[in-house]
Amino acid sequence: MSAWETVIGLEIHAQLATHSKIFSGSATRYGAPPNAQANLVDLGYPGVLPVLNGAAVRMAVKFGLALGARIAPHSVFARKNYFYPDLPKGYQISQYELPIVAQGALDIVLEDGSVKRIGVTRAHLEEDAGKSLHEGLPGMSGIDLNRAGTPLLEIVSEPDLRSAKEAVAYMKKVHTLVRYLEICDGNMQEGSFRCDANVSVRKAGTEKFGTRAEIKNLNSFRFVERAINYEVERQIELLETGGKVVQETRLYDPDKGETRSMRSKEEANDYRYFPDPDLLPVQLAADFIESVRQSLPELPDQKAARFVSEYGLSAYDAGVLTASREYAEYYESVVREVPAQPKLAANMVAGELAAALNRDNLEIGASRIGAAALGGLVRRIADQTISGKIAKEVFELMWSEGASADQVIESRGLRQITDTSAIERVIDEVLAHNPGQLADYRAGKDKLFGFFVGQVMKATGGKANPAQLNELLRKKLSG
Amino acid sequence: MSELHRLGLTELAAGLRARRFSSVELTRAFLARIERHQGALNAFISVTSEQALQDAAAADRALAAGTGGALTGVPLAHKDIFCTQGVRTTCGSRMLDNFVSPYDATVVARLRAAGAIMLGKTNMDEFAMGSSNETSYYGAVKNPWNPALVPGGSSGGSAAAVAARLAPAATATDTGGSIRQPAALCGVTGMKPTYGRVSRYGMVAFASSLDQGGVITASAADAALVLREMAGFDPKDSTSVDEPVPDYVGELGRPLTGLRVGLLKEFFDKGLDAEVEQRIREALAIYEQLGAQLTEVSLPHLPLSVPVYYVVAPAECSSNLARFDGVRFGHRCENPKDLQDLYRRSRGEGFGAEVKRRIMTGTYVLSAGYYDAYYLKAQRVRALINQDFISAFKSVDVLIGPTTPTPAFALGAKTADPITMYLNDIYTIGANLAGLPAASVPCGFVGGLPVGLQVVGPHFSEARVLGTAHAFQQRTDWHTRLPGGFA
Repeated sequence: MSAWETVIGLEIHAQLATHSKIFSGSATRYGAPPNAQANLVDLGYPGVLPVLNGAAVRMAVKFGLALGARIAPHSVFARKNYFYPDLPKGYQISQYELPIVAQGALDIVLEDGSVKRIGVTRAHLEEDAGKSLHEGLPGMSGIDLNRAGTPLLEIVSEPDLRSAKEAVAYMKKVHTLVRYLEICDGNMQEGSFRCDANVSVRKAGTEKFGTRAEIKNLNSFRFVERAINYEVERQIELLETGGKVVQETRLYDPDKGETRSMRSKEEANDYRYFPDPDLLPVQLAADFIESVRQSLPELPDQKAARFVSEYGLSAYDAGVLTASREYAEYYESVVREVPAQPKLAANMVAGELAAALNRDNLEIGASRIGAAALGGLVRRIADQTISGKIAKEVFELMWSEGASADQVIESRGLRQITDTSAIERVIDEVLAHNPGQLADYRAGKDKLFGFFVGQVMKATGGKANPAQLNELLRKKLSG
Repeated sequence: MSELHRLGLTELAAGLRARRFSSVELTRAFLARIERHQGALNAFISVTSEQALQDAAAADRALAAGTGGALTGVPLAHKDIFCTQGVRTTCGSRMLDNFVSPYDATVVARLRAAGAIMLGKTNMDEFAMGSSNETSYYGAVKNPWNPALVPGGSSGGSAAAVAARLAPAATATDTGGSIRQPAALCGVTGMKPTYGRVSRYGMVAFASSLDQGGVITASAADAALVLREMAGFDPKDSTSVDEPVPDYVGELGRPLTGLRVGLLKEFFDKGLDAEVEQRIREALAIYEQLGAQLTEVSLPHLPLSVPVYYVVAPAECSSNLARFDGVRFGHRCENPKDLQDLYRRSRGEGFGAEVKRRIMTGTYVLSAGYYDAYYLKAQRVRALINQDFISAFKSVDVLIGPTTPTPAFALGAKTADPITMYLNDIYTIGANLAGLPAASVPCGFVGGLPVGLQVVGPHFSEARVLGTAHAFQQRTDWHTRLPGGFA
């Protein structure tokens, strides 16, 4: 396995969150009845002409600036010519030689914690095609052109990725970024964010790239990882058994967990790209680009760095908390409730809350515990009303009952015992009831310390203040 | 009022406003002429009599109420390349024989808004590809001056209709000479504006970077009036230019004293018929009498315009015509057995030979491995030609020369050899490649056939081009001559 090196480049298609299509006034809403959102321009009627949607341009520029990429002051739409029923004009309007965004980069964090820079070759604007429908139409094909003309930003990486994991990390990073920028809803099930993966392998240490296969239309992180891993194994096996990888387009079948050939390079279209004479080149003035730059929100990496410096969080926690803009905003709202406890708040948000959201499959916006309420819980941990352990229980009750931390603590009597004499009383009882263990402990079985802690906690319903308990117990045992 | 057709469009508009005759009367008169001569000329693909008379009645009410626009009640015809809502729009092709447009082209909508009445849709070369009108699926148009001859193309129907006064004006389009060449061959006035001056929205595309809508009329003054209503920025066409439209009518009549007229050396080449040249020289003498100064200028790259055009135009056409695939509109073959069969037979049956030739040429020049040698090189030469014109217009105000090398030729004379046919546009293509406004006006006869004089101006100088043509028509009466049998 180590004899081979994997080389991956991704082409991510992000559907831009404009209200109307890139070259027509039709709505881009998902899920409308077939062809309800296709006007004469989308249908490619004789005589109609495309008119560029300025909102799509602005979004592309936003993305480019966020990547630190070069924004082309002059970019050109071209026609990509091929026949297909879901492509009404017989060509797709895209950008070819002169894309709007070029030469950017993104940093991803590898499993070992190191940071790797991934080059972004280009990002260009283009229109999506419609889709063919076969189900329920025996002997016929239906065509739904609602999606035809939907604006896409195609983001092309350099072949800098060396494993499926890196590819996923990169794709997640782009996913986070487009959502931060509010230029794409990131909904992968609806196809708003998907990618094609160019995968090849080469002997470790060689310069020359191997022959690549392009896996089309991967619309989940899991599929990206599985498809690439399958493809890498397939290629290595081919090469090791004396075969050759052919340049081709492949499809990933999630049910079978394998990729299979769609068409080979020989069958590939000659797209006959040429500049679209119906559209003028896109000319971007410096002050326009500057105005877009001014409108950029704080980006994920900037925010994470600020969380580290301002709140003293670890890089890992900062990364988790800034994974989405909403998530980071939630965290900061909690911190506003308990400004002295940013770390405790981070533990709660990245720990209990994340687990609960994940378990119930909810987005942060649909959290059953609001930021203010969670702040209330953190406050009670900080002022020692409850222990961290009890806090988990309080959290669950808040989650299921929608009550505040104080209500849960009062109604369930979960207030922590901090009264020294009360804790001592329980310790004495526990020691009196366990003379054998006490003898063993004193004979050198240190591990039994935990046993006594457990017994006291059990007797107090977990409410004894852990630090006090430890201190008092140690005294009693040694006394 | 059987002589109404002899009046020019400007006089007709004035007569309607003065209520000397009604729009219904006028429309009836032209419809009657269309009916009488359609068999001989085949200038129309569709005649919309019923709608025309209804609209004329409405126009009469507006005129009576004094609420009419510049063209209220004036009948005219549209080239069948302009989409007309609810009316068949064929583009001269079997492919669109069954196509009823669900919308109006901007040109059609604007002229309607100005009050014009549509008489019908004029015949044309298939998808505007041709110089003789012989590629039309609906049969060739005949030249009113001699029915054995071609009217020119692709706007042959519009030119013949105006020449025979079946309509006082007809819209037209010009990609390589398709307004000026038939206007010249039929002895009428044709005006192709600057690229971007008139919206292309709703005009079925042939070669998008060259196509430009314009008008064919009896005189430059009439063209000025129609163009003023047609022109202007259209948010639906990104290549239309957001420049105010001057009052072309008001700008007419400026004296030509001191006008610097350039004679293009390349236009007076060995391909130019000697007698045609004679008529052009006579016209130039009149310009001198009008106070213009003649100088010879040269555009060194202009002789390359035909080969450049026949790379660029087919390239764009091959892509523009891809949408005619039998799936959503237009011709669809019977019982396709699969998708490839649907494409092949629908397109194979729907398109004629010349259209197929250009689609194939265009596909070839854009193909991998040929793109640089053909398409890219052609675009570079196109830029040089444009530069040539811009430099020439530093020393002259307009360029004047012949519109075509010869008068009208016989039907069938050039159909066997596309290259000879293409060379008929040798003097007109340059203005398309550079996007310049250009007009053709009648300037005499050779062997009983009209000869066209071409006036080309810098970008957005329509007023100057029309003024230059108008001044000539104030001194000559060639534009008032009617072919025998159509008086």
